[in-house]
Amino acid sequence: MLMSETATAGLSFFSLAPLVLFFPLLGLLLNLIWGGRFSEKVIGGIASGAVGATFLVAVLQMVALLSHPEGTVIPLVDWITIGALNIHWGIQIDTLSVTMMLVVSGVGCLIHIYAIAYMHDDVRINGDPSRYRRFFVFFNLFILAMMTLVSADNYLMLFVGWEGVGLCSYLLIGFWYDKGKDGIGNALAGNKAFITNRVGDFGFLLAAFTLFGLFRSFNFNEVFAKVEEISVLMPAGILMITLFMLIGVTGKSAQLPLYVWLPDAMAGPTPVSALIHAATMVTAGVYLIARSHPLYAVVPQAQSLVAWVGTLTAVFAATIAVAQFDIKKVLAYSTISQLGFMVAAVGMGAYVAGMFHLVTHAFFKALLFLSSGSVIQGVERGLHEVEHHHKGKQAAAHHLDPQDMRNMGGLRQRMPITFWVYLIGALALAGIVPLAGFWSKDEILLKASYKDARLYTLLSIAAFFTAFYMARQIILVFFGKPRSDAAAHATESPKLMTVPLIALAVLSVFGGALNLPGIHAFGHWLEHTIHHLAAVKEGVELPEFSLQVAAVSTLIAFLAIALGWWVYQQWGERLQKANAAYIDPLQVAFKPVFNVLNQKYWVDELYWALFVNPYKAFSKWLAEQVDWRFWHDWFHDTIIAGGFKRLTLFLAQPIDLGIIDGIANGLAALTQAGAAYLRRFQSGYVRNYALAVFLGVVAMMSYLIFVLR
Amino acid sequence: MDLIFHPLTLVTFLPLVGVVILLFLREEQKNLIRWVALGVSLATFIVSLVVLAQFQASNPDLQLVIRRVWIQVAGWDIAYHLGVDGLSILLVLLTTFLTPIAILSTWTAVEERVKEFMIFFLLLEVGMVGVFLALDLFLFYIFWEFTLVPMYFLIGIWGGPRRMYAAIKFFLYTMAGSILMLLAILWLGIQRGTFSLPDLVAQDQIPANIQIWLFLAFAAAFAIKVPMWPLHSWLPDAHVEAPTAGSVILAGVLLKMGTYGFLRFNLALFPQAAVQLAPLMAVLAVIGILYGAAVSFPQKDVKKLVAYSSVSHLGFVMLGLFALNPQGIQGGILQMVNHGISTGALFLIVGMIYERRHTREMDAFGGLWKIMPVYGALTLIVALSSMGLPGLNGFVGEFTILLGAWEAGQASGSLGSYFYAGFAAIGVILAAIYMLTMFQKLFLGPLDKEENRQLKDLNWREIVTLVPLVILIFWIGLYPKPFFSLMAPAVDKLVANLSMSLAALP
Repeated sequence: MLMSETATAGLSFFSLAPLVLFFPLLGLLLNLIWGGRFSEKVIGGIASGAVGATFLVAVLQMVALLSHPEGTVIPLVDWITIGALNIHWGIQIDTLSVTMMLVVSGVGCLIHIYAIAYMHDDVRINGDPSRYRRFFVFFNLFILAMMTLVSADNYLMLFVGWEGVGLCSYLLIGFWYDKGKDGIGNALAGNKAFITNRVGDFGFLLAAFTLFGLFRSFNFNEVFAKVEEISVLMPAGILMITLFMLIGVTGKSAQLPLYVWLPDAMAGPTPVSALIHAATMVTAGVYLIARSHPLYAVVPQAQSLVAWVGTLTAVFAATIAVAQFDIKKVLAYSTISQLGFMVAAVGMGAYVAGMFHLVTHAFFKALLFLSSGSVIQGVERGLHEVEHHHKGKQAAAHHLDPQDMRNMGGLRQRMPITFWVYLIGALALAGIVPLAGFWSKDEILLKASYKDARLYTLLSIAAFFTAFYMARQIILVFFGKPRSDAAAHATESPKLMTVPLIALAVLSVFGGALNLPGIHAFGHWLEHTIHHLAAVKEGVELPEFSLQVAAVSTLIAFLAIALGWWVYQQWGERLQKANAAYIDPLQVAFKPVFNVLNQKYWVDELYWALFVNPYKAFSKWLAEQVDWRFWHDWFHDTIIAGGFKRLTLFLAQPIDLGIIDGIANGLAALTQAGAAYLRRFQSGYVRNYALAVFLGVVAMMSYLIFVLR
Repeated sequence: MDLIFHPLTLVTFLPLVGVVILLFLREEQKNLIRWVALGVSLATFIVSLVVLAQFQASNPDLQLVIRRVWIQVAGWDIAYHLGVDGLSILLVLLTTFLTPIAILSTWTAVEERVKEFMIFFLLLEVGMVGVFLALDLFLFYIFWEFTLVPMYFLIGIWGGPRRMYAAIKFFLYTMAGSILMLLAILWLGIQRGTFSLPDLVAQDQIPANIQIWLFLAFAAAFAIKVPMWPLHSWLPDAHVEAPTAGSVILAGVLLKMGTYGFLRFNLALFPQAAVQLAPLMAVLAVIGILYGAAVSFPQKDVKKLVAYSSVSHLGFVMLGLFALNPQGIQGGILQMVNHGISTGALFLIVGMIYERRHTREMDAFGGLWKIMPVYGALTLIVALSSMGLPGLNGFVGEFTILLGAWEAGQASGSLGSYFYAGFAAIGVILAAIYMLTMFQKLFLGPLDKEENRQLKDLNWREIVTLVPLVILIFWIGLYPKPFFSLMAPAVDKLVANLSMSLAALP
């Protein structure tokens, strides 16, 4: 009796799934249409409420899945149907998609609430309160797009969400589109993100075409059902699909070589960085590979390429993060690095570990970004305070960058809540036991240690750098003495901001409980969707936990933190006493290396020289020289038109004017004739022409009607 | 009387009623003239909806056919022969839909000689609808050439500073191609004994070697009109000089006459030549996609940017048509509609800012979103539609075209290479580059030009001209099924015909 009741309840919960799209849509429409009349609190409340409602729907899906773990598909309506091509809008409910729904709407809801307070200050600092509403419209639109992405039951609907989140990213990076370097920096950062992602999407499109060519469908279930059959017939085809798809993943999830847009994306307001550029959107690539695991499972070459891309990205970005001074840039490179961990995990076939890290990372990286936002606004409030009370210092304070860690220091006392949650986030990221990040990262390292010693070593190096740059950041921001008046006058953020921070901190502490070794709740949850094809093929069962791997990674983390402490707390303090301006100790010790890292290996400059400038020059040459000067002016005007004129003049003049005159007039000076013709009309004769046309038509019609009858 | 009140006769010639009424109005009654023109064009749109209501989507054949002998010379019958099927119905609707919108856009933009302007505009509509409905080759040719005259005057009288040059170039360029088509039409009439398209299709195949020549003769006229690379040189001139409404119709409908011509005549009459020449056409189409997109990017004049983007978009249409499979052709037809909507809207948008600032140089703007939020938001939607954002109309067309081209690359005897679709897909990246650059130059960045600070956001009339287009952008993007189902049977029939001829090829 009880069983059947929960069973029916579960099934009816499934039918609520379309609401995950409806609620954010409703929220954005309400604010779009009537937001002008609402107060800021109402606007923020509607937007957060919409995401909260979405989260509830996702929770109901989870409840339903507990009794019906196989999930279901809810088809909505047809989309594109042409012959064999049959694509519809449909919602896939299984443990993988619902995991994403929970993360997106759950973390999303907390970030929405935080943004109510954060944006209140942000729009005032930036001097345009009318943009408050726009922010929440875009934010809800993002949730809608992200939900489309994760709930899609086919690749093409997923692609709608995929580009949709890219659009929201573009809009929100350029939210302060009149700010940034030369007033246009933010807008250009938005363009860079969109265009770089389009390069990735080009790969996605090719993957989609190849997929359809082989499977005659875009539907997940239909495609995956045929994988074994097709993998025997056309292994190369599946390899192509997975490789093309990887291009898309490197774009969206900011992996080598397409990661370059993400650091610039920090131009967006901080809640955007937390939600879109850390917790959710950028993990879409990881989700895509996990979703496509049946395809990847049959092509080990592609898998190993994915693992290598992820691992190299993890190390590469972690080294850059060490030498950044902008508080958000450090976190941005850290995100790229952590995404590298996830991609490496799914590349090694450790889908559960990858998804697990995706979830815990969403907690602690959202926490870190939001806390950094709290820090930035705290410093900005301090700045305001200084400007207000010490008029004399206004000029100096005006140039102060509130995101530059060199202007911070000692914020521990000024912003205690922010400090504690930041510390928790940092320790979770560094992988300190028993915080969330430890468990998920450990699973990845465990897998790597069995898979490939090189991957394991590189990932461990990345983990070392991770703990080191987080120690550096904590010390630079919160310890020591304030290095600016603004930092000395910073104040704690309002409750509306600190409460979501505390909630995320709790999740960052206990998030690891999702998938504790031995219990593996998360693993069993995902198993219903991700069947362990890969593990079976390898024939090696991994142990649940390895004390050795855990001990090594913990040791590495502690070592890095200790080193960070020594370099920045001990040595840094002494350096600061000796110098007026802040100098990074590493800048003193390893100047060339530090510069290379600080300048991000000059990859942006390289891409500029290799792609952007050549395309600009080429298209300019094509437009101005080839199309206009050569083709338009020379070929058409000089050769064709001029040649025609000369020919007709030749015909007109030597040959008897009397006879040929009429023809020559008709042909030779067609140009002049046309001009003269029009000039006549311009003096009012056009009426006559219209009349003539009209009469002609009337004549034609009369003929039709009367003569033909 | 059933001849006059036949829905197809009505939808074609109803604008003439407006012309008659306008002739009796005085030049000074500007607003009345505008309302009459708008009213008549709306009535024509309603009639076209009646045609749609009578149209049976499941029927692949020509419908509502009307056929009367018109001219009998030396044993030839030239007939008044109209009909509609899945290949043309959407284009007829697009024409009758865009005409009132274009007329509405002239409300304050055209202040001089309003009466003549409207007369030419309504005459243009007659010609365009006639082109899409005519089934007699000779009648088709008459309508085809007839559209040149009003457009010539619209550019030449109400155009920009270099309007004479542009108008004459437009006229001569199109005429030159049409002459070859006329020769081919005459050849068909003499050799095959009829000008009727359905009769010609029903006959035995024309020998393959002759098909090629006829195909090329028709293609000369159509390729210039599309315009296919490298025959696009008239387009930037015509677009830049044309008044806004003229550009809307030029891009929205007149270019489609070219692609429609390929579809209706080249594919149906010369299927073997179409199959044989498909790789050539596809190569030109792909070059057009990439070339148009690259050349758009560095343009300084926003109207020229949009004009060149048409070369790129029409390249997609041509690639779809010459994929010669249902996905490609249906995508191609839908993309004709999409391009009419999106590029039509872009020209309207350019016209709105031109009316305010009398310049189209993008450097003169920047940061407009701040003072013109409605204008900015609508432009963004249209720009995203134009660059094929999934969920909006452009994506549905481009995706199906690319998929069709990919499938054609897979099938033997067709395009035979994945490179067509692969290279064409690069156009998707390039489109983002020029469209985002355009949006950024106009709307983003600081509002630092003094002249722009006082600009007013869109008024109600302007919003009303854009909103129907935006609705269609979302409708086709999210639920294109009604549009596809209108054309599907006719396209399937055409494709079946093509594959039969393919089988007949040695």
